[in-house]
Amino acid sequence: MIKEAAIREPLILGNKTYHDITEDVCRPIESKAPRAWYVLITITGIISLWGIGCILYLLGTGIGVWGLNKTVNWAWDITNFVWWVGIGHAGTLISAVLLLFRQRWRMAINRSAEAMTIFAVIMAATFPGIHMGRIWVSYWVMPIPNQFGSLWVNFNSPLLWDVFAISTYFSVSLVFWYIGLIPDFATIRDRMTKPLQKKIYSILSFGWTGNAKAWNRFEIVSLVLAGLATPLVFSVHSIVSTDFATSVIPGWHTTIFPPYFVSGAVFSGFAMVLTLLLVMRKVMHLENYVTVKHVEYMNIVIIVTGSIVGVAYLTELFVSWYSGVEYESYAFINRFSGPYAWAYWSMMTCNVISPQLFWIKKLRTNLTFTFIMSIVVNIGMWFERFVIIVTSLHRDYVPSSWTMFYPTFVDIGIFIGTIGIFFTLFLLFARFFPVLALNEVKSILKISGEAYKKSDNHHH
Amino acid sequence: MAEKIIYATYDDDHVLLEGAKKLVAKGVHVSDVYSPFPVHGIDPVIGVQHTRLGICAFLYGLTGATLAMIGIRYFMIADWPMNIGGKPSFSFLENLPAFIPVIFEFTVFCTAHGMALTYLLRNKTLPGLPARNPYPSTTDDKFVMELKASENSKFSVDELQSMLKETGIVEFEVREI
Repeated sequence: MIKEAAIREPLILGNKTYHDITEDVCRPIESKAPRAWYVLITITGIISLWGIGCILYLLGTGIGVWGLNKTVNWAWDITNFVWWVGIGHAGTLISAVLLLFRQRWRMAINRSAEAMTIFAVIMAATFPGIHMGRIWVSYWVMPIPNQFGSLWVNFNSPLLWDVFAISTYFSVSLVFWYIGLIPDFATIRDRMTKPLQKKIYSILSFGWTGNAKAWNRFEIVSLVLAGLATPLVFSVHSIVSTDFATSVIPGWHTTIFPPYFVSGAVFSGFAMVLTLLLVMRKVMHLENYVTVKHVEYMNIVIIVTGSIVGVAYLTELFVSWYSGVEYESYAFINRFSGPYAWAYWSMMTCNVISPQLFWIKKLRTNLTFTFIMSIVVNIGMWFERFVIIVTSLHRDYVPSSWTMFYPTFVDIGIFIGTIGIFFTLFLLFARFFPVLALNEVKSILKISGEAYKKSDNHHH
Repeated sequence: MAEKIIYATYDDDHVLLEGAKKLVAKGVHVSDVYSPFPVHGIDPVIGVQHTRLGICAFLYGLTGATLAMIGIRYFMIADWPMNIGGKPSFSFLENLPAFIPVIFEFTVFCTAHGMALTYLLRNKTLPGLPARNPYPSTTDDKFVMELKASENSKFSVDELQSMLKETGIVEFEVREI
């Protein structure tokens, strides 16, 4: 049997058995939801409805109800799109990349991180969808024969690459997540006593048996999907960044965008995973599975990716001066000293300075501090996209058309609304789905469980 | 003829694995093992062939890449060559760099979905199908070995039972189907 080094901290605390793991994960699903759950879902539900109302108003009236003008023709919509897509990177990174690297700490967090990914990508996809205005013709982005003669979508365009990248990423993440869920739904099915719920979980579990051949196939499917999802996760945000990088707008026309966007995405995604997990582990009593060590590992990923983002900001700044192109230099001088300097410096503080505090072990193992930081990072990452998009556009080549962007209530309503929908979906997930990958956590119990590790040390 | 199926339950994956090794060494044929998570190392012992799903995945990927290339070549080069910014689409190869992202995404799309569908069909796991595990506890904390009397005609059911008992089972049941 595989043994883990004794000096590695255990990933499953307490004296757990296989049955305890099932109990701990299934209890919240089988028992009544706490009052806090109803309170939270009511709040997020109301926010969601407000957001949906704003979306319907936008679709009914046209995108003129946004604060866009002829100079700033992309603003919060694309900012929110890139922000959500970025957040949606952590789930697949955790489950795919960490699976390939055989990191066992991913097993307690991958299920909820993948759920978060899927919900975040749905929120992201909303924005380009409604930005079309006439969403009922959104199928025009697909290369399908049409009545306009030989009119095809342009495969040279990053906007079309985006269509393929986002739809592939969404559907592959969904399948990857669901294949992992099937055996765990079977566990709930086999325990459930209420007939209706048993029927529902029976349908969801697809008749899973868990025989040797099925597990053999399960492992190879997980491995191959992880192998596919790894380049996929890097390709998606690289492609999103080319929406900007292949343009000729000073401030966007930057070759470092793909790696810079990808690390920014991982950075914000891990922050969102922390925001959700820190609350979830407490409310659902999962402290023995999502341990302080897990939080510390995630904070280390945040330092690394945050530092890459910081280096990217400084590189951009340096190159804009070093290039000697005055339009390029001005775009950056305007960023840090123009009318949007407050946004630039918020971004710098939240993304570059604050994650560096995680070098201090006391801080990165402090859960309250981590929670606050996880929100700070996501505010910073929203500002990053806002800075890139709006401050590069609002002062264009002709000073007479210089302007500012002011969001309308529709801009704000839709953004807040997507946050509401996202949290509603996550609350539903936490209530009805197994939030830990049961089968995977069980498979590491003997290797990384606290009680097993202690008894091993006795023998030696 | 009624088939006798023996179900031997273990409460530990390691005990089951060691037990299976001993039984197989004595010439017993273990037809299947049901477990709440993959028991590593059981497949070669009970003679489960390694899955060929990986090969399927490769073939689906190849199909995806080919379809994407044929499609893009038709749309962008053959049917309606566009002249974008003075950079006309002359040939597929010259324009290939701009086509790589979509070819890549479509390859991944076909591989992942093709493989996932094959996996679900081969496992006979589809929405609405009934569960076929012998006990509900095999998805919780029990590990069950399945032996068929017809595949072990050398031994009587009693002999099999006593051999299984030596391997540390916690429960034993014979079902007639």
